[in-house]
Amino acid sequence: MNSKLQTSWLIENGRIICPASGIDRVGRLLLRQGLIEAMDPSDDQIPSDAGRIDASGHIVAPGLVDLGTEIGEPGREEDETIETATMAALAGGFTTIACAPNTDPPIDTAQAVEFVRQKAARADRCRVCVIGCVSKGREGQELAEIGSLVDAGAVALSDYPGPINNAALMRRALEYCLMFDRYILDRPEVPSLTRHGIMHEGMMQLILALAPMPAEAEDLATSRNLRLLETTGGKLHLSCVSTAGSVDLIRRAKERGITVSVGTRIANLCFDDESMRSFDANLKVNPPLRSREHIEACREALADGTIDVLTSGHQPRALEKKMQELSAVPFGMSTLDTAVAQVVTYLIRPGHLSWQRALEAFSTKPAHVLGVEAGSLQVGRPADVILIDPEKQWTVCNEDFYSRSRNNPLVGQALYGRVQTVFVGGQRKFSRA
Amino acid sequence: MTAHASVLLPTYPDNWKRRHLLDLESLSAEEIVTILDTAESLYKAYTAAGQKLSLLNGRTIANLFYENSTRTRNSFSLAAKRLGADTVEFASSSSSVSKGETYIDTAKTIEAMGVDAVVTRHATPGTSHLLAQHLNCSVLNAGDGPHEHPTQGLLDILTIRQHRPNFKDLTVALVGDIAHSRTARSNIWGLKKLGAHVIVCGPATLVSRKWESLGVEVAHNLDKILHRCDVLNLLRIQFERQDTRPFPSVREYALLYAMNSERMKNSKPNILIMAPGPINRGVEITPEVADGPHSVILEQVTNGIAIRMAVLWLLLGQSKRTTPAIRQYEGVRT
Repeated sequence: MNSKLQTSWLIENGRIICPASGIDRVGRLLLRQGLIEAMDPSDDQIPSDAGRIDASGHIVAPGLVDLGTEIGEPGREEDETIETATMAALAGGFTTIACAPNTDPPIDTAQAVEFVRQKAARADRCRVCVIGCVSKGREGQELAEIGSLVDAGAVALSDYPGPINNAALMRRALEYCLMFDRYILDRPEVPSLTRHGIMHEGMMQLILALAPMPAEAEDLATSRNLRLLETTGGKLHLSCVSTAGSVDLIRRAKERGITVSVGTRIANLCFDDESMRSFDANLKVNPPLRSREHIEACREALADGTIDVLTSGHQPRALEKKMQELSAVPFGMSTLDTAVAQVVTYLIRPGHLSWQRALEAFSTKPAHVLGVEAGSLQVGRPADVILIDPEKQWTVCNEDFYSRSRNNPLVGQALYGRVQTVFVGGQRKFSRA
Repeated sequence: MTAHASVLLPTYPDNWKRRHLLDLESLSAEEIVTILDTAESLYKAYTAAGQKLSLLNGRTIANLFYENSTRTRNSFSLAAKRLGADTVEFASSSSSVSKGETYIDTAKTIEAMGVDAVVTRHATPGTSHLLAQHLNCSVLNAGDGPHEHPTQGLLDILTIRQHRPNFKDLTVALVGDIAHSRTARSNIWGLKKLGAHVIVCGPATLVSRKWESLGVEVAHNLDKILHRCDVLNLLRIQFERQDTRPFPSVREYALLYAMNSERMKNSKPNILIMAPGPINRGVEITPEVADGPHSVILEQVTNGIAIRMAVLWLLLGQSKRTTPAIRQYEGVRT
């Protein structure tokens, strides 16, 4: 039977983990008419025509939600398109992505928001939310027409991937967004300390002599942002935190009762600055891969909830852009396809993170920032559900990428954990053969 | 047929296995000594022959330089020619780089012309490693930004060895812009492996305390360490690699770090004065010191040829010609 016509599904024998309700047990999940119909339904609740899926050995989880995914389109179709990005997202287990506004032209007008939403609707894969620019042209000078952006459907605002360097603009944006109840996403960095930088400043950088990006550049901006947040009472998500200093500042701010949402990228939890010894252009990311003590601080902060959100940090870059000297190579790693396996291999299997917490950081928490109904398997919620085989071992190879770009340092490596089946709104949108 | 048939050529060392020379960090002490010994014996053979050697006859070596260079480029060319190899020169300003061709594509194009080794210099660390991944021929790093300059390190070490053969008793100070110096990094690795005590000395903005964890002594005051130094290697201030000036003025730098006759008086009587060049006279070294009896600056230049002959022969001497341009025509009857 064609799955498109299938309106109800029964997922049996899987380990159901719902971070929103704290559930973690083997059971049955019934999806019907696009919604979660029931957990452990009685037999007479199950429609006779329900599709049945045996999820033995699999984890049944809410679909993942990605905060800030680069979609390439419009303007950088050589890296990615909405078509390929949403396909890669599905295959990676993401049922909702919030696209980053650093397209060309940037998403700083209502029309630009509409364009992405229409293209995404036509692609008809995962759900696509739009993050609008904080400033006009993403130039960091004047506020974009945030009201119009929100009106057109923007769910959050950010000058991604760059930081909002202008403190006055940041303050104004936090205040202005109070009217719209939207989060501002900012990657903390003081650019004057990282100019021309390629890698984390430290011992390895001293040896390799690549231009440095010191941890303080992030710490200072984190501190500034927390202070402005406290003053304005706005809504702020610090995306891509990567230093022990940031973590410490955030932990203390949260203890003081400041409400702040914090994210980190998977790459920054998996690879350290020593890996730069290979001079692999695919490891050039911003925030840069830090040294061990920073990684450990971030892993700990993610486990204890100081860091709320995990993001893929998906930044697809066409091969020709990465086949250059490191100073000319753009930052970025294409990660939608490997995100779940990275979390399983580098965080869950070694015991740094529980499944419950991983899924919370990967679905419930980011859904909260976006204000969307996702990240939960509670009855009545949209049936965005994924099945993960946590023991599945697979080797990353170029041909497997659904993303248009394969700038990923894990190509050729064996990883654990694979997304096998993905439901969006009760429809089976992806199933791995 | 050959005038130098009677000249004793060195035998190819069996402990040499490498195809590329990218850095000194990954070389063993034994490999470094092999290069130094080979350099001396090759140079002796060349001098005795009174003409080019034929060890690399029929081989082609390409110079692919993306940064200005006089001595290193010419030194590699001469070294190649003295071994009988042909050379091809490539400078980024007069080439398709100005038409937008990438570094790797340019290198691949040159390789396809049938070269056996590419000698490369570039402003970015890791570029020679990048070429080694993409090319089939041998790659020699002639300077990758501030990262490494292995032949410079080797020629400095050879020059030191000729005057002070026992590295274990030696204190060598590298003075100046350590942060931006590839010469410093290659010297540090090479000298440490051979057992010398290394001091890095310069303004705190250019000499990180972090070097200490690699077993290198860090100093900011030249006058305090001078009496302990057997060798001073005076590095050039890399004005072109700095964003914000790391010291207030050249005048103040010279006041604190320039090697002048006053400082010579406070040095060991047999101190060796070295400089990788090009030297900024009056900045890191005054003319009377550069041209004085302790200076071995010109010996360094001569040793540069010897070292480059050695590494070219070591990398190419035993290898088959395996570049695609040659393979393509192997077995083709005409």
